Amino acid sequence: MSKKILLNSKDIEIILHRLACQLIENHNDFSDTVLIGLQPRGTFLANRLSNLLTTAYNIPKLQKGLLDITFYRDDFRRRDEPLAATSTDINFLIEDKKVVIIDDVLYSGRSVRAALTAIQSYGRPKNIELLVLIDRRFSRHLPIQPNYRGRQVDAINEEKVLVSWKETNGKDAVYIEQK
Amino acid sequence: MDKLSVDHLLGIKYLNANDIDLIFKTADHFKEVINRPIKKVPSLRDITIANLFFENSTRTKLSFELAEKRLSADVINFSAGQSSVKKGETLIDTVNNILSMKVDIVVMRHGNVGAGVFLSKQVNAKIINAGDGTHEHPTQALLDSYSIREKLGKVKGKKILIVGDILHSRVALSNIFALQLQGATVKVCGPTTLIPKYISSLGVEVETNLKKALEWCDVANVLRVQHERMDIKYFPSTREYTQLFGINKQILDSLDKKIVIMHPGPINRGVEITSDVADSNQSIILNQVENGVAVRMAVIYLLAQQIKR
Repeated sequence: MSKKILLNSKDIEIILHRLACQLIENHNDFSDTVLIGLQPRGTFLANRLSNLLTTAYNIPKLQKGLLDITFYRDDFRRRDEPLAATSTDINFLIEDKKVVIIDDVLYSGRSVRAALTAIQSYGRPKNIELLVLIDRRFSRHLPIQPNYRGRQVDAINEEKVLVSWKETNGKDAVYIEQK
Repeated sequence: MDKLSVDHLLGIKYLNANDIDLIFKTADHFKEVINRPIKKVPSLRDITIANLFFENSTRTKLSFELAEKRLSADVINFSAGQSSVKKGETLIDTVNNILSMKVDIVVMRHGNVGAGVFLSKQVNAKIINAGDGTHEHPTQALLDSYSIREKLGKVKGKKILIVGDILHSRVALSNIFALQLQGATVKVCGPTTLIPKYISSLGVEVETNLKKALEWCDVANVLRVQHERMDIKYFPSTREYTQLFGINKQILDSLDKKIVIMHPGPINRGVEITSDVADSNQSIILNQVENGVAVRMAVIYLLAQQIKR
């Protein structure tokens, strides 16, 4: 099993700054915008981006939520392992808001499909955008594309993209692993 | 993620502590779901559930039905009163007829002890016991423990008193199993005629003096006197029962601490509990009802996960 480094911590930092700037271009002061991190892996990216926007780019009031999509997945009872739910933390309504869904890796698009259904439980958003760190572009099962992407990757199905975050794994890095 | 160790929810006595923990953690997520503006998730959209109630029920039936609908399951309801049971059909025949309509889960309340266990051996569906005679009512005990956990932070180490008609109560028996499994101490209080002889073999102490029992406990779960199950007279009069075992504001105020008051419903106001106690801020009776939906969603969700197509 070989593991190749795709992005190191410096690359990730540059990408985070670029994504933050792209968001600011489209969302100005974020007064109408909410960031929604997908549980569990998308929350690290959402937290990083929101911290960066508040500290480095002086966005004062940023609304951020965490969304669990377990109950909306389309593979319920189709897997051997039971699905474990994580918590949802959205303490605001998204009615008429611009929503940015944030996840670390976009692969089949099924998680995003579930998130699009799940988010409707909190109201009717004005629009929804998708931000991902890694876009595995030839692996999609559904017609879903990101609005903001950190890096596009042409990984084949036998390969696995691993995102490691300082908060949990000790350092920021993205790897490609041969299964 | 852990799985339930059982294929059906027939009683608390078949569960272990991990199962209860898993049900509660799942219920936490569903409690968040039922407080959203849109209180529904699509998880069980290809599951059909039959609610078979051979005995009367308001709260449990509504709670189960709501839990099923919040999970997007298809639901069919059956009440013995309006059915062919009156024409002499057996339980297995009734259920098999319903199952041939492709039902995945059966929620059943029945007057006979062990009806759920019997059914689980005969038919090919997940069975959830919603009360079998004077035996068990597992989801009620789970929601009671869940409500204690929510109010006091944990169940372990707490002292729980069950007051009232213990003899005819499936809620009491399931509660005793559930609370002990989680490390709580249980005492019962009521007229000696309404306390079963076997109770000490379950490790449960008996206290016939209500004041002393209330002084001991952190939580008092008050049960209704089940007149409909009584074929003989167990105490001289309702008035005397209320005087000796009724919970009122005076007796609660005379304690040196504020205990939590619970009641599984239906309440006979002025008999086992007075209105000012039932509606006071010490009572978590309505929280129990809300938690009932979340806990039942968790049980149904976890059992449905085991169904393979």
